[in-house]
Amino acid sequence: MEATRMTVTVRVNGREYTRAVEPRLLLVHFLRDELGLTGTHIGCDTSQCGACTVLLNGEAVKSCTVLAVQADGAEVTTIEGLGDLSHLHPVQEGFWEKHGLQCGFCTPGVIMTAAGMLAQNPNPTEEEIREGLEGVICRCTGYQNIVRAVQYAAEKMKGAGAETEVAAAGADASAGGDA
Amino acid sequence: MATVFGKAVKRREDPRLITGHGQYTDDVRLPGLLYAAILRSPHAHARIRKIDTSQALRHPGVVAVFTGQDIQGKMGTIPTAWLPPDSGIVTPPHHALAVDRVRYVGDGVAMVIAEDRYTARDALDLIQVEYEVLPAVVDQEAAMQEGAPQLHDEAPGNVAFHWKVGNFDPSAVQDADVVIRQRFRQQRLVPNPMEPRSAVADYNPATGEMTMWLTSQNPHIHRFLLSGILGIPEHKLRIIATDVGGGFGSKIPCYPDEALVGFAAKTLGRPVKWTEDRREHFMATTHGRDHYDDVELYGKKDGTILAIRVRATANMGAYLSTAAPGVPTILFGLIISGPYQIPYAEADVYGVFTNTTPTDAYRGAGRPEATYLLERMVDLFAREIGMDPVEVRRKNLVRAEQFPYNNPMGLTYDSGDYHGALHKALEMAGYAEFRRQQEEARRAGRLVGVGVTTYVEICGLGPSQVAGAVGFQGGLWESAQVRIHPTGKVTVFTGSSPHGQGEETTFAQIVADRLHIPVEDVEIVHGDTARISMGWGTYGSRSTPVGGSAIALATERVIEKAKKIAAHMLEVGEADVEFEEGQFRVKGAPSRQVSLGDVTLQAYLAWNLPPGVEPALEGQAFYDPSNFTYSFGTHICQVEVDRDTGEVKILRYIAVDDCGRVINPMIAEGQVHGGIVQGIGQALWEGAHYDEQGQLVTGTFMDYAMPRAHFFPTFETAFQETPSPHNPLGVKGIGETGTIASTPTVVNAVLDALSPYGVRDIEMPLTPERVWRAMKGAQEA
Repeated sequence: MEATRMTVTVRVNGREYTRAVEPRLLLVHFLRDELGLTGTHIGCDTSQCGACTVLLNGEAVKSCTVLAVQADGAEVTTIEGLGDLSHLHPVQEGFWEKHGLQCGFCTPGVIMTAAGMLAQNPNPTEEEIREGLEGVICRCTGYQNIVRAVQYAAEKMKGAGAETEVAAAGADASAGGDA
Repeated sequence: MATVFGKAVKRREDPRLITGHGQYTDDVRLPGLLYAAILRSPHAHARIRKIDTSQALRHPGVVAVFTGQDIQGKMGTIPTAWLPPDSGIVTPPHHALAVDRVRYVGDGVAMVIAEDRYTARDALDLIQVEYEVLPAVVDQEAAMQEGAPQLHDEAPGNVAFHWKVGNFDPSAVQDADVVIRQRFRQQRLVPNPMEPRSAVADYNPATGEMTMWLTSQNPHIHRFLLSGILGIPEHKLRIIATDVGGGFGSKIPCYPDEALVGFAAKTLGRPVKWTEDRREHFMATTHGRDHYDDVELYGKKDGTILAIRVRATANMGAYLSTAAPGVPTILFGLIISGPYQIPYAEADVYGVFTNTTPTDAYRGAGRPEATYLLERMVDLFAREIGMDPVEVRRKNLVRAEQFPYNNPMGLTYDSGDYHGALHKALEMAGYAEFRRQQEEARRAGRLVGVGVTTYVEICGLGPSQVAGAVGFQGGLWESAQVRIHPTGKVTVFTGSSPHGQGEETTFAQIVADRLHIPVEDVEIVHGDTARISMGWGTYGSRSTPVGGSAIALATERVIEKAKKIAAHMLEVGEADVEFEEGQFRVKGAPSRQVSLGDVTLQAYLAWNLPPGVEPALEGQAFYDPSNFTYSFGTHICQVEVDRDTGEVKILRYIAVDDCGRVINPMIAEGQVHGGIVQGIGQALWEGAHYDEQGQLVTGTFMDYAMPRAHFFPTFETAFQETPSPHNPLGVKGIGETGTIASTPTVVNAVLDALSPYGVRDIEMPLTPERVWRAMKGAQEA
């Protein structure tokens, strides 16, 4: 029995992809298995850990809780589209500067969560940052350097003006897949 | 150039990990890749009467289904690799898929291989299994009772082993003024690295070569064990574990699942991937801790501790996992006297089979259990004799001039300044001032408390001769190869297998420091058995003291060889040449020099090498340490307990750790932060629970409370540096200290806060409900 497939068109990291998918396909599997964008990780099956967080139309969402078909027509930014080494997003830079990661597995999701958080609140207090990270689990860092990383990014973005905009679409399509 | 040893160099592993370009096992994609899913027992204990896989096999996209009967005789059983001596240990067969009986919820029953993930999972629902449910037992003490359900014919009374160590002698405690007796529950924990376990196997039937990507902390151990299980010669089996998303002990063992993936790939001639979901992690990845500890402490009114004894029953789960038997024995019993001059000690340990997920190492592995009971007992003793708990510690701590110090279990602590770390932490915390404020707060009706832990940890596992003597079925040395390429760039191959600890950076610092070259010129290769000759992996805070020392020695060998070539180039004797600032210089005539780069090029050109010197420039070392290393320190926590709700709030947390010389303070501090949070997780929130039928009721992140960012204040950390005297770097190990120290620190702080109520113990985790009930119970008593 071949499951019914539905056609979805999603703009991921500034590049448009059209695929016929099972209606039940999770966005995170769409990104990882269909598009080969394996930077987005899966850490749980109950939407608790946030490792799969991406930006959907500019807002941080857990991509294990979104169906690919729900993202039809949407813009998705994954870690691969947030910034590359020649042009790191301030949050990525903060994580590197402040040792905000150890094993790195939760990191893409935490970075996307922080990017989404700063887009909504560019000037968070430490308490607000910690509350804002409520939806992600990191088992390695004890969170303290993640907080420092987000503070670093907030400072950096304050000085950078235009860069405070966390656009839904990435600047280019540097990773995987065809249009 | 300036030394990079001791500097907060930014991590080399980060660029790929912050941009989504890491490669974890589940990221591996191969042509023709199949996906596996495992059907797991829903019962804690049952006989399998019948398995019908026909419907699953007919499902479109399903390639194969294997049951325990199908694999019988075609692959080996899952071995136990730590057999404590004189313990009567029994290792009943652990089949990769249950043959006729399941023994815990999560025990593998069948494996489906399909064209994609979703189809494999769908097909699990189409397998019909007829079970005859048997009575189950989940508690180790209940399992030892007469009439308890029996798990294995080989283990009457469910006892897997009984191990005893110590020099306790009743005559030695005749002078004791006080005997403190207390029972502690060391609850069961789930390691929960954020990356689930995963395996990808790719078999080439023409060459007989198998490549497996694996979430492993020790790929060479996995190669060794899987080679036997799968019948693939070791030189044809390659294990790759480059990016591994945390382990905390749970990626040490050899599991049925990865062996099955290898079996399937070999049988089907197509690559196969399996990745557990979090629910499977909870059910089928090893758990940690789970003891009952009955403890006795003998002391005098002046604060002297004379002896400590523990009788422990450790829950091993349904089978003995790879390293499991060593955890509640060797790694626990030998250190129960901790950092104190306690002349007599004894540990009497039962390892018990139950219908639960097997336990094994979890961050700290045995040492947190030992430190917890000891630190709790010291506080109870202090309370009993009316002495400040810090004074009791100060009185009993081993003194700096006593090192090397022999503890009553035969361990030799290498070096230390325990009082120094205690003093520093007390200063940072403002301990005396806090005690004064505490009085005021109490008068104002607030419940604030402080806990102080002084600890010592066995790190740097370890001398191979000792490993053999304590029944570890392997060596604990480490390999390193340092290769300077003709252009002067350096590749280092290490048998350590970091998975978050940052050794791509710290190991590069060791080499760059010695060769006087930029860190950027050094690449660390790890986690690939085809590129690294041998290795024993990353656990037991061993990578830096053992793996790092191997690298330091290999680097010295490279320099030694380069010096011979340099002397030849400079036309002087080798003894007249010294290496400084990246130059080989003639002593007393520093203008006569050749650079390491020039020497390297000549080593490869080999046009004019001194007699007896071979071309090329690389060094290899197999370093077997002469002793363990003993990190130590003092942690202090201040808490406030909400009188109405029982909620514990951490006000301040201070950690002073001494792990010998610190290579990268930023990374070392990060290790401490993470460790503290995991230890506090045990103290306040985490706990795996089974119901009486053996159902794991904490089977997801919704039911198992993981520490989150907003649970904590900013930690205040500092290092003291007392070098280890017996390794070339003077380093000790920092990966587990936080977890070992923080659990008793927080619990003692809470009990201190509750001292007006006279509460003696609260079972971990100290949830608001438990704390509230303890207060309520004390009020009513």
